[in-house]
Order: sequence, then C-alpha cells, then structure tokens
Amino acid sequence: MSAHDHDHDHDHGSELSEVQLRVRALETVLTEKGYVDPTVLDRIVEHFETRVGPHVGARIVARAWTDPAFRAALLADATRAVNESGSFEPIGDHLVAVENTPEQHNVVVCTLCSCYPWDVLGLPPVWYKSAPYRSRVVMDPRSVLADFRVSLPEGTRVRVWDSTAETRYLVVPERPAGTDGWSEERLAALVTRDSMIGTGLALDPAEVSS
Amino acid sequence: MTSDPRSVVDDALAAIPEGERGRTFEEPWQAQAFAITLALHRRGVFTWNEWAETLGGEIKAAQAHGDPDDGHTYYHHWLRAIERLVEEKGISTRATLARYRDAWDRAADRTPHGAPIVLEPKDFG
Repeated sequence: MSAHDHDHDHDHGSELSEVQLRVRALETVLTEKGYVDPTVLDRIVEHFETRVGPHVGARIVARAWTDPAFRAALLADATRAVNESGSFEPIGDHLVAVENTPEQHNVVVCTLCSCYPWDVLGLPPVWYKSAPYRSRVVMDPRSVLADFRVSLPEGTRVRVWDSTAETRYLVVPERPAGTDGWSEERLAALVTRDSMIGTGLALDPAEVSS
Repeated sequence: MTSDPRSVVDDALAAIPEGERGRTFEEPWQAQAFAITLALHRRGVFTWNEWAETLGGEIKAAQAHGDPDDGHTYYHHWLRAIERLVEEKGISTRATLARYRDAWDRAADRTPHGAPIVLEPKDFG
C-alpha cells in the first residue's frame, strides 16, 4: 500500500472480512443468550497460545522414559496417569498413549476431521489437517513417513491410529541411544511434536548437543 | 486423486509465510471460533462426537465443491460447523446470525479506521 492510500484510510470506515463478521455475529448472539462469556473466550485463546503445546507432551514422554511405574500407568490409562501424577496440568480428553518399539512404529491421524490431543500437543500443524495426509497415511504410511524423512527398519511394522473425537492418541517415541543417565528435562528437549504424532523420531543426542 | 507423494508437508507449508509457521492461529478470528467451540462444548451444548461428525461433514461438503482441503481452509469449515450446530441445537437461527452479521458490517462501516468497532442498536437498521 502506498503512503498516499494510507493517508486516506481514516476517511473511510473500517472493514471486517466475511469470516470476521460471521464470528462476531456468533459471539454476540451466544453472549447475549448467556452461552459464552467473552472473558472466558479470551482465557481459552490465551491458554492455547501460550500455555499448551508440544512441550507438555514432551515432558510426559520424558517422564515415561525415566520412570517405569509412570510408563506402565501411562500405557494402561494415559488420562489417569497424567492427571494422577500431580506434575502435569489435568487433561480432559480421553488420551491413549501408544509406544514405539523396534517391532512397531505408531502414527496418528484423524481421517474424519482433525481430532488431536490438544491438551498435550496444542493445536495441530497445517499438514495434519490436510486431505493428502489424512488419506495417504492410511493407505501408504511408509511413503508419508518418507516425506518426513523417517525411514524405519524393514522389519518394523507401522500401525496407524485413527483418532476419534473421544479418543486421542499420543505416540511415545523410542528413547534415543546414548542418553543414559540424562535428566527428564534434558530428555524432553529430544521429544519433538512430530515424534509424538509418529511422523518423526525423537532427536538424536548428537543433533542437539551444542 | 493424484498427488505428488513428496508434497504433503511442502504443500501445507508453502502458503504460510516463514515467520508465521508455528503460530497457533493464523488469524484472530480462528482463535475466536476455536474458543467459542470449546466454550459451547464445556456447557454441554454438544459432544465431541457430534462436533467431529459435523466438522467432518462440512469438510466433505467443501471438498465436493472443489475446496482444496489442504489445511488452510480448515477454520472456514470449522466456522460453518459451529454455525450449523448452533442452528441444529435451537440456540439461534440462520436469519438471526445473518442479521447480526449485517449489523457488524454496518458498525464497521461507520467506525473510523483504527478505532474499536462496537455494535450499537442503530446498526440493526
């Protein structure tokens, strides 16, 4: 926009896009009817923008790597294990943790829409919501993993977990070699978002040493 | 449907400016739409299953109308899904939502650029 155009902007009214208008309409109607409270909406947004994200899941995975009792509890009932640990913010979703092993690699998708474990990973990346990922990962998971530069040994089975609105999956990646004796905090730095979706592996210690 | 096997990630990222990757929401209205949905679910207006079915239905309908469904139009589908549930649950009607939409449009028109836009009774014309 040129300076000339800009000078004249104040002569005109403001402009809201079609979607902005519709969201404002919804919010106003729902607020007037008492269904939503704008301050609560702001708090929800702030929570998702600043507090939840893959760092939450990474800490859970690192705990599972270092604490066998927590690992067992997590694999048995992830929601309960997380909520009863006292170390993490309570999660509301029904969360199922699936563990990668040399025999089985797990990948998560939501073929219907894009259900995702918000409480532990934040909101999904764009590619997770895209039709190509949603359809291809089911038909040909290995080629999708190749897109993400993940190659698995021939003998490793790939299992794809299709999320539903009520069941959301968290992949527990394999703990990288060469991390014996590492603290939970240091380990958590190796756990990427993609490794908890299954489209990545935990980072190699050599990749993060500086 | 043919798609380049190497394109899942690249395509999804291509349209996002470098500095905005990793942002939670691409635009504030998406955050509002998301928060409204969570708030309505907390109030028990719908279950997550109902939500997923409605959103899934909107995505399929959009695909049928030529939407690329590449992840970038996701919140458009999301917004349609809330509007539909709000109507189906009898909370409001399409006509009411349209009336409020038009009122916000008038409010924006009469508000000088840069000033906060506030809805007033006169905007309902």
